[in-house]
Amino acid sequence: MPRSRISEEFPHGPLHAMLAVAVLVTIYPVLWVFSIAFSGKQSLAIADLPPTPTAGDRLRAVVPWPEKLSVSNFTSVMSDQPFARWMLNSALVAIFTTLLGVFLACTAAYAFSRFKFPGRRVGMMAFLVSQMFPGTLMLIPLYIIIVQLLGLGSSRIGLIIVYATTSIPFSVWMLKGYFDTIPKELEEAAVIEGASAGKIFWRIVLPLAKPAVAITALFSFMTAWNEFILAATFMDKENMYTAPVGLRFFVGGFSQQWGYFAAGSIIVSIPVVLLFLYLQKYLVSGLTAGGVKG
Amino acid sequence: MASVVLHDVAKRYGDNPPVITGINLEIQEREFMVLVGPSGCGKSTLLRMVAGLEEITSGTIEIGGRVVNDVPPKDRDIAMVFQSYALYPHMNVRENLEFGLKIRGTPAAEIDRMVNDAAKILGLEGLLERRPKDLSGGQRQRVALGRAIVREPSVFLFDEPLSNLDAKLRVQMRAEIKKLQHRLQVTSIYVTHDQVEAMTMGNRIALLDKGKLQQVGAPLDVYETPQNVFVANFIGTPPMNFIRATVTEGGAGLGANGIKLPAPAAARGALASRVGKTVLVGVRPENVVAPGRPTRGATAALQLTVDLVETLGDEVVVHAHQGEDQIAFKMDPHHPPEFGGKVSALVEIDRLHLFDADTQQRIAV
Repeated sequence: MPRSRISEEFPHGPLHAMLAVAVLVTIYPVLWVFSIAFSGKQSLAIADLPPTPTAGDRLRAVVPWPEKLSVSNFTSVMSDQPFARWMLNSALVAIFTTLLGVFLACTAAYAFSRFKFPGRRVGMMAFLVSQMFPGTLMLIPLYIIIVQLLGLGSSRIGLIIVYATTSIPFSVWMLKGYFDTIPKELEEAAVIEGASAGKIFWRIVLPLAKPAVAITALFSFMTAWNEFILAATFMDKENMYTAPVGLRFFVGGFSQQWGYFAAGSIIVSIPVVLLFLYLQKYLVSGLTAGGVKG
Repeated sequence: MASVVLHDVAKRYGDNPPVITGINLEIQEREFMVLVGPSGCGKSTLLRMVAGLEEITSGTIEIGGRVVNDVPPKDRDIAMVFQSYALYPHMNVRENLEFGLKIRGTPAAEIDRMVNDAAKILGLEGLLERRPKDLSGGQRQRVALGRAIVREPSVFLFDEPLSNLDAKLRVQMRAEIKKLQHRLQVTSIYVTHDQVEAMTMGNRIALLDKGKLQQVGAPLDVYETPQNVFVANFIGTPPMNFIRATVTEGGAGLGANGIKLPAPAAARGALASRVGKTVLVGVRPENVVAPGRPTRGATAALQLTVDLVETLGDEVVVHAHQGEDQIAFKMDPHHPPEFGGKVSALVEIDRLHLFDADTQQRIAV
């Protein structure tokens, strides 16, 4: 095998050292969150500095390792604080957003991929253009529609509608790209065998588009799970907060519960991490699917 | 079983010139009809119109005596085998075979019987639980055939089903399809660009070029009496040699730049009115006979200069010229001529094909 150019031109030692530093810079904030979460305290600082700190004390203060390991932040964030309730809100919103968004995106993308109808090109372009504006631009119109017109403020259904709608353009582009790669002959064969358009979609096309559907679902779920600004605007009542809004509540104007904040952040990340691990086999094929026919 | 009748069938996309014009073709019950022509000639489009996958711009298509112009594909009682096989990748072989039957609501016991019968006919019994990706090209082709025969349709449509297979497998599957059709006696329309496939498989072959039907007939008839230059050139390997010649001697002679031939006795009457005009003289390679081989009827001698020798094993194909006229013919492989060397050969005069140089049509004798 030919040696790569990098290994020929660049000595390994400094290269590794450089990469190690880069890794450290990247994971340092994450380690900090972990150490605060497991410190059992609410303070941002891990170690208390004595009045006249030595160099060792100063070093100790920036090493992200708590003085005493404790899971008390985790237990009390779940029991004493309404965090479990917020997680439930987030879960319901994210799950139903995913179901609704993926269903609508799949059917729309299939139509865009296979049928010829007036407005087909314009529709796809409109989806693309809608992605070019920052989300906050839509905040006020969405507030008027969802809260004032539909009366769905502080309601999970309101958030589900908003998240599902905003995720559809990306999802449709993603899925259409994949549907385009599914050979038409498969559908023609099914047509001759007597299958209706609906049967072809559910029994031939959708099972074959699994990787793309998985990616789209992951994207929809993550968007809904992580979203903060819309949720913070629409959800007034404390018991209707989603997890990201709730997290912010811990470090609001009058409270500085960094311990709860850190522990909550870790808990919130777990479902997404698990989902990623489970779906990673689809990730590569799903994201490259539109480009090359496999 | 059903006959298929095409009447004045035409196809046009938008305002573009038509891709198929005025096709009249009758495929009888139990017949194996091959549509053959170069790529882009419209043969696949024609087949897809019979299947109902493409709409017909004008004309009618009848299957089993019923006009099917507006009948959806599923109600035409047809089955189609695609070039790409079009097997459902997420289903195993059994599920692939069952799909059409299930969709049509066939009872489970009946499905089992039909799938097992089809699997047995095609030797797929051991493969029923495998996915298409775990099958070889030939096996996939067999599953595609199985999916066509399992529903017991009255017409089979084949769209270049063998072109994805390697040469050896193609010959083998060619024979299998032919045997299968003979056994099941189902009316079949088979599209191919390969004239050897057409010749070997069809009861009759229909040649298409530029969306028009050029000739329909039994393979041997088409080979021996091509109606125009396109057909003469398309059917046969190596292809027919063409010599551009002027009619001389009151219709008894054919003069070209390099070669001068007497006209076939039978054609002299027809040529008498064409003295001084140009005709295309077609000579099949097997009617140019190397020295020492037997000839039939009157002959004329050629003195050729060898340009190229292609060894096929049982014989060699010699490409040579006399003057400006190119001639390909076959010789004994053990005594091939040398490149650039001289070789003599005899042309069998009674087997010449004569075509009008302007209309490209055969000159009737």
